[in-house]
Amino acid sequence: MRFSTFLLKYGEIGIKGKNRYLFEDALVRRVRHALSGADGSFRVYKSQARVYVDCEGEYDYEEVTDRLKRVFGLVGICPVVRLMDRGFEELKKDAVTYMDETYPDKKLTFKVETRRAKKTYPMNSMEISRDLGEAILHAFPDIRVDVHHPDVMLNVEVRTDGIYIYSRVIPGAGGMPVGTSGTAMLLLSGGIDSPVAGYMIAKRGVEIEAVYFHAPPYTSERAKQKVVDLAQIVSRYAGKLKLHVVNFTDIQLYIYDQCPHDELTIIMRRYMMRIAEHFARKDGCLGLITGESIAQVASQTMQSLAATDDVCQMPVYRPLIGFDKRDIVSLAEEIGTFETSIQPFEDCCTIFVAKHPVTKPKVDVIRHSEEKLAERIDELVKTAVETAEVIRIGE
Amino acid sequence: MREVYLDNSATTRAYDEVGELVKRVLCEDYGNPSSMHAKGIEGEKYIKEAKDTLAGLFKVQAKEIFFTSGGTESDNLALIGAARANKRAGNHLITSAIEHPAIINTMRYLEEEEGFRVTYLPVDRYGRIRLDALKDALCEDTILVSVMYVNNEVGSVQPIQEAAGIVKAYNKRILFHVDAVQGFGKYRIYPKRLKVDLCSISGHKIHGPKGTGALYIGEHVKIHPIVFGGEQQKNIRSGTENVPGIAGLSLAARMIYKNLDEKVDRMRTFKQYFISGVTQIENTAVHGLYDETSAPHIISVGFAGIRSEVLLHALEEKGIYVSSGSACSSNHPQVSGVLKGIGARQEFLDATLRFSMSEFTTREEMDYTLDTLYHIVPVLRKYTRR
Repeated sequence: MRFSTFLLKYGEIGIKGKNRYLFEDALVRRVRHALSGADGSFRVYKSQARVYVDCEGEYDYEEVTDRLKRVFGLVGICPVVRLMDRGFEELKKDAVTYMDETYPDKKLTFKVETRRAKKTYPMNSMEISRDLGEAILHAFPDIRVDVHHPDVMLNVEVRTDGIYIYSRVIPGAGGMPVGTSGTAMLLLSGGIDSPVAGYMIAKRGVEIEAVYFHAPPYTSERAKQKVVDLAQIVSRYAGKLKLHVVNFTDIQLYIYDQCPHDELTIIMRRYMMRIAEHFARKDGCLGLITGESIAQVASQTMQSLAATDDVCQMPVYRPLIGFDKRDIVSLAEEIGTFETSIQPFEDCCTIFVAKHPVTKPKVDVIRHSEEKLAERIDELVKTAVETAEVIRIGE
Repeated sequence: MREVYLDNSATTRAYDEVGELVKRVLCEDYGNPSSMHAKGIEGEKYIKEAKDTLAGLFKVQAKEIFFTSGGTESDNLALIGAARANKRAGNHLITSAIEHPAIINTMRYLEEEEGFRVTYLPVDRYGRIRLDALKDALCEDTILVSVMYVNNEVGSVQPIQEAAGIVKAYNKRILFHVDAVQGFGKYRIYPKRLKVDLCSISGHKIHGPKGTGALYIGEHVKIHPIVFGGEQQKNIRSGTENVPGIAGLSLAARMIYKNLDEKVDRMRTFKQYFISGVTQIENTAVHGLYDETSAPHIISVGFAGIRSEVLLHALEEKGIYVSSGSACSSNHPQVSGVLKGIGARQEFLDATLRFSMSEFTTREEMDYTLDTLYHIVPVLRKYTRR
């Protein structure tokens, strides 16, 4: 028996009120987008508070489920066997065959649950469940019924266009469909944390844009390519995204020339936030996203975070703020960014990091240091913004 | 922006004629040399011609030339194939500490997986193997010695003739392999005169196609194949011959040896010129020897206080392409084993660039590179980690 349909279950969307259709429509769009690159042709539609994917012709099961597992808003993906209604006797045989093929080891408990959308069907749902259950019990001596906690819940849906049988639920990514919560600007470095932060915010339905600070010759084209690759992986979940690549070298060197070295990183980060916010505002974003986590490095102490926040008018979302590194690493491994993140290319921060950076910067001291930049910094920032390159990812 | 390519030890631009020939063989004379029909015979002609060309350049017999997918495969076939075929005579192998990874890592494999014992010879401060150490290392169990012709990182030329002489005087049955990937096309190499039994070359270092190489295997050498299949090339290297690549390799070899002395002299002049210019920058060091006993095309320079990667990218911004340390290991930001081996000072280990020329290099390009260095080195030195 062949799975020709996927029934997609969504969780939180279900509890939304009158604007539920907005979420459902977004979900349908996301599913269509996710399957757009897969081999085969797919019909995606919503019906009775569910989303269905009908697969026409040949398709690759692994490819399709992998793609569906990346769609935020889905809690479960059920591969469905779709049958023509050829009478109840045939249905009994099909149910037995389904159980036989799906569960080679029959030492299990089960229950049949029927939904009858086609009200003209000669039996009601209770009768269908009972008689199918009996047929399965007959066919397999080891199998037992458990109506309270069955190992296998065999779902049978009698619909006008046929009968749907399914029992397996592949866990979905959860969250909300991207495109239902506005847009935010991700500060993407080549590291482990920022792609994970982008993933987490996208998971709440937020569309993502990203900004990367490139510092040639201190960082190579390969370092930039690595960030493009990371953005590509994030876009497999978050959908298309726009990556702004800002040449940050002159700003960095100017800060290096003018400011105390132990404050370099913090001042640099303040300018990164300012530039990120500039692009965010221009593109109508509602916030910034960073991969910071308290105390991970000198620039992520409470004091440093406060000093960075000082220049931002927009909310800064830091979804990893309470995460340990190993938690972030395991998430990065799960979403597939880790291997790319650990490629050993210089990122723009490392060369300019002082041997002993301040760990408890005072906001007014930092502001005072920045005054030394007054002469040229506005012009440098303007140039950096104007010469930024835009790379469209996932299109 | 102008482009100055000074990374010819990593790879070279193919001769236009090579590109045209490769395309013609791919699209027109595409027969499989093993086929019995005329189209196949056409393909076979290219192979035969290429064998004759290389045999002529090496002054060996055509039947002693075998084609591979490149320098790495040639080295692998020479070492693994000869070690396995001769293991009953002994289990000791000798190489140097500054070989290319294609040798070093193959030796490690033979050591760790196949039970051979390997001696890695130390080098002197100019990057040449120590012949006294070679004498000491030879023993009853020694079956194979492998030494490169020209070191790819610092350009030192190895005393092949002396080394092979020492080995053969000790026991003439010990095989001597030369990795001549960097030497071929710069030197006339005659294996028989040098008492060399196996010699590896690569196509893309001599303006030929990538994915091509050859191994000279002396007629008397016992060797096992490491690739199995349709028994092409006398079952030493199975697989349909890369006819377009082999034709391209052959043409490139013929072309590079045309007017060789003139080309080498010019590179040597530029090398001297560049070195006298670059050493005017403070705190620089040229690694290895740089007189006529060194390779004409490789210049290795340390710039204290600047990470090589940063200087490399700064030159790249001006259209100048070079390598840091060795191109083959530069994807791993590890300190060069060769520089350590020749005792380079700590401050140069992570701060060395390799400039490598070809016959296309001009004096004007060397001037442009020097001027660029004069300009950017002081700027980069100003911005260092404090």
